[in-house]
Amino acid sequence: MGSNKSSVQNVPDVQELIQETGFSASHLQRLYERFHLLDRDQMGRLRVQDFEAIPELAGNPIGDRIIGAFFYPGKDSVDFHDFVRVLAHFQPTDSNTKRKSEEVYNSPNRKLQFAFQLYDQDQDGKISRAELLQVLQELLGIEVTDEQLQSIAERAIKEADLDQDDAISFEEFKKSLEKVDVNRKMRIGFLS
Amino acid sequence: MSSLLLSTLALTCLAAGCSGLNPPVDPPEPQTLPPSPGQNGSGEDVPSVDVPRALGLFSVDYHHVQAPFEIVLWIMLASLAKLGFHWSGRVPAVVPESCLLIMVGLLVGGVIYGVRHSAPPTLSADAFFLFLLPPIVLDAGYFLPGKLFFENLGTILWYAVLGTLWNVLGIGLSLYGVCLLCPASLGDVSLLHCLLFGSLIAAVDPVAVLSVFQEMHVNEQLHILVFGESLLNDAVTVVLYQLLESFLRLPSVSGPDVLLGGCRVLVVGFGGLFVGLFFGLLAALTSRFTPRVPVIAPLFVFLYSYLSYLTSEMLHLSGITAIVTCAVTMKQYVEANVSERSNSSIQYFLKMWSSLSETLIFIFLGVSTIQDVHMWSWPFVCATLLLCLLWRASGVLLLTAVVNKVRRNKVTFRDQFIIAYGGLRGAICFSLVFLIVDFPKKRLFITTTIVVILFTVFVQGMTIRPLVDLLDVKRKKRALPSVSEEMHSRLIDHLLSGIEDVVGYWGQHYWKDKFEQFNRTFLRRFLIREEQQNRSSILRVYQELERQEQGERETAVQAKTVPQTNSRPLLPEEMDSIRRILSRNLHRFNSRIPAYSRHTLHQDTTRTLQRHRSLGERDTQVEDAEFNGLHSVRSGLRRSHTVCTSPTSSIPEEQAAPKHGPKKHLSFDIESE
Repeated sequence: MGSNKSSVQNVPDVQELIQETGFSASHLQRLYERFHLLDRDQMGRLRVQDFEAIPELAGNPIGDRIIGAFFYPGKDSVDFHDFVRVLAHFQPTDSNTKRKSEEVYNSPNRKLQFAFQLYDQDQDGKISRAELLQVLQELLGIEVTDEQLQSIAERAIKEADLDQDDAISFEEFKKSLEKVDVNRKMRIGFLS
Repeated sequence: MSSLLLSTLALTCLAAGCSGLNPPVDPPEPQTLPPSPGQNGSGEDVPSVDVPRALGLFSVDYHHVQAPFEIVLWIMLASLAKLGFHWSGRVPAVVPESCLLIMVGLLVGGVIYGVRHSAPPTLSADAFFLFLLPPIVLDAGYFLPGKLFFENLGTILWYAVLGTLWNVLGIGLSLYGVCLLCPASLGDVSLLHCLLFGSLIAAVDPVAVLSVFQEMHVNEQLHILVFGESLLNDAVTVVLYQLLESFLRLPSVSGPDVLLGGCRVLVVGFGGLFVGLFFGLLAALTSRFTPRVPVIAPLFVFLYSYLSYLTSEMLHLSGITAIVTCAVTMKQYVEANVSERSNSSIQYFLKMWSSLSETLIFIFLGVSTIQDVHMWSWPFVCATLLLCLLWRASGVLLLTAVVNKVRRNKVTFRDQFIIAYGGLRGAICFSLVFLIVDFPKKRLFITTTIVVILFTVFVQGMTIRPLVDLLDVKRKKRALPSVSEEMHSRLIDHLLSGIEDVVGYWGQHYWKDKFEQFNRTFLRRFLIREEQQNRSSILRVYQELERQEQGERETAVQAKTVPQTNSRPLLPEEMDSIRRILSRNLHRFNSRIPAYSRHTLHQDTTRTLQRHRSLGERDTQVEDAEFNGLHSVRSGLRRSHTVCTSPTSSIPEEQAAPKHGPKKHLSFDIESE
C-alpha cells in the first residue's frame, strides 16, 4: 500500500520503537505515512508551521498547547521518534501488559503527567493560579466575564489544593481526577 | 399504615360498587317524554322536562359523573397504594415497586370479580398506547444522559435491532417447533402465529426496565445500554408486529413482501426520528418567545412532545422514537430559554405524570390478569418462558462478542449477564397481544403473555438486585462533578480531539466537535434567546455547585433563624430590605396593579424594581440579586458580578455580601406573594 517511501523498512529503528512504545508494526507504518503527509518540506522533521497547517487544530481552543507538547524542551522540530513517543501516551492502557507498568508511555500516570504538562507551561511542577486562569480563558473564551473566570479559578484551586500553597501539584491534580476513568478518556483507537 | 390500608380497601369496594352500578341499572326515565320529532315540522323540540314524582331532598346522579369519577378513583387507588408501600422502609428495598403494584392490582381485580362475578375492566390497548405510555417515555427521553447515550449509540442500536430480530426469529421458530411436537393441543397454531407471538413477546419493555433499574444504581454504561435498547427496539417491534399481522391477512407471503418489511424498519425508525426532530426544534423555537408568559412555557414542552408521538402513531411510525428524539432535541434549548421556575415545573410534572402512568399500568396489569378468557397449556407456556430466557442470553452473548471488538470499553461478562437478565417484559406485550385479530388460540397467547410478564417482573425483577450485589457489578458514581473535574475533563476532551486531528483520525471527538460547532453557530443562535446564550458546561457546573451550596447555607441559616426571630437584632441589610418591601407593597397598592394575575407574575416585580434603580450602588447590586433571585432561584453570581466594579482582590468579600442578600429576600418574597 503506497510507495516505497512509506513502507516500514524505511522507518529508522523500527524494532526499537516497537519495543519502547508498544505500537505494532502496522500502527507505526500508518503513523509514518501520516508523518510524511504532515512534513511538507520533506525534511524528515516537523516544525511548528507544519502542525499549524492542520486546519482543525487551528479551531481547537488549546491547539497551541497541544502543538507545544510535541516539542521537547529546547528542540524546535519533531522527528519521527518524538512524534511516536508523544502519541504512545494515547494507547489503551491494557495493551502493554508485557512491560513493567510504570515505564510505559500509556500508563495512567504518564497520561496524567501529559495532561498536567499542558497546564504547567513553565515546567515548575505546579499549576499556579495564573496558569489555571490562562487555561480557563482559552477553554471558556469570550463567554464569561473576568470576575467569573476569577471565581471559577478560585473555586478550582480551593477544591484541589490540599496543602494550601495556592497552586496545584501533580499529586493534587491526580487526586482531583481520581473519579474520572482517565484510561477510558485518553485513548485513541489507532485503527486505520 | 393501617389507616392507609383501610382507605385503600374502602376505595376498592367503592370502585367495585360503582362499576357494579353499570349495565344492570338503567338510568331513570324522564317522567315526561318529549313529543316525537315527526310531529314537529319546525324541528324545534320541546325540551324534555325531568319532573320527579315527588320533590326529594337528596338525589344521586351517578351517571352524570361516571367516567371521570371512575378514572379519578383508579388514580386515587394507585397513588394511595404507592404511598402505602413507601411508608414501610423495608419492603421497597426487597421487592420492586412494580411487583407490589401488580399484587395490588390482582387484589383489586379479585375483589371486583368477586363482587360482580364478571371480568373487571381491562386495560384497553388504545388507552395504554395513547395515554399511559407517552408520559413515561417522555420522562425517560427528557432525562436521558445525552452524552453517554450518543457515545454508546452504535452498541445500543446493535442490541436493539439485531438483538430483537434474533429473539423474534428464534422464539417464533422454536415455538413453532414445540407446536409441531404437540399436535394434539397446539396443532392449529400456524408458523405465522408463532412468529407474531414471538415478535410481541421478544421486545424488552422500557417501563418495566425503568422501574426496576432506577432503584438499582448500576454503572451508567450498563444502565444506558439496557435502557436505550428497550427504547429503541420499539421501531423493530412495531414493524415486525404490523408486518406479521398483515401477512396473516394476506393469502400468501412472498419474498418481496419480506424485503418490503425490511425497508419498512428503516422507514419507521428514521421517520420517527425526523418527526421527533421536527417537533423538538419547533418546541425549542417556541420556547424562545415565552419569557413574557412564563407560566405556559412548560405546557409547550408537553404539547409538542405529545404531538410528535401522536403524529408518528398516525403515520404508523415509531412513536417512542419520535417522542424520545423530541425530548432529547428540545431539552438543551428549552432549558436555556425558560426560567428556573418553569424548568423545575417541567421536571416536576414530567416525573409526576410518568410515575402516575407507571403505577396505573402495573395496577391494570394486575387487574387484567383476573379474567375469564384464560386458556392454559403446559407445554406452550413453559416452552415460551424457557425460550425467552435462552434466546435472550444467547443473543446478548453473541452480539457482545462481536461488538466488543469495536468498542473502547468492553462490556464485561457481568454486565452482559445483567443485560440478558434485565430483559423484562411489560405492558407493551400485553397490549399488543390483545390487538391480535381473533383466532382460536388467542386466549392461549393472552395467558402466556401474562405469565411471561408476571414471571419477568416478579422473579427477575426481585432477584436482579441481589444478583447485582452478588456479582459486584460496578455501580453509579456520585452526581455532580467538581469544577476541577469538569475543567480537566474538558481539557482532556480538547486534547483528544487535537491529537485525533494530528493523527488524521476521524474518531468520536471529531464528530462531536463538528456537531458542537454546528450547534453553536446555527442552532443555538437561532433557538435560544439573546441573553441566555453563553453558558459553557464549566460555567454551568460551577453555578450549579454555587446554587447547591447556597441552598445548604440557606437551610442552615433558616434552621437557625426560626427559633430566634424575636431575640436577634436585625442587621442593617435586613432593615433595608424590610423597608423596601414595605414601600414596594405600598407602591403596588397605590398604582392599582392587580395583586395577582397569572400573566404578570414576574412583570409586577420588574416594574417596581425599576423604580428603585435610582437608589445607591449597593442597593442596586442587592436589588439585582433579588430580581435575579426571583427569576433564577439562587444564581447569585451572574448579575452581582456584572455590576460590581471593585478590584480583583476583594472579590471574595463581595461574593459573600450579595449572596446573603438574595437569601434573606427570598424568604420575605415568598411571604409577600
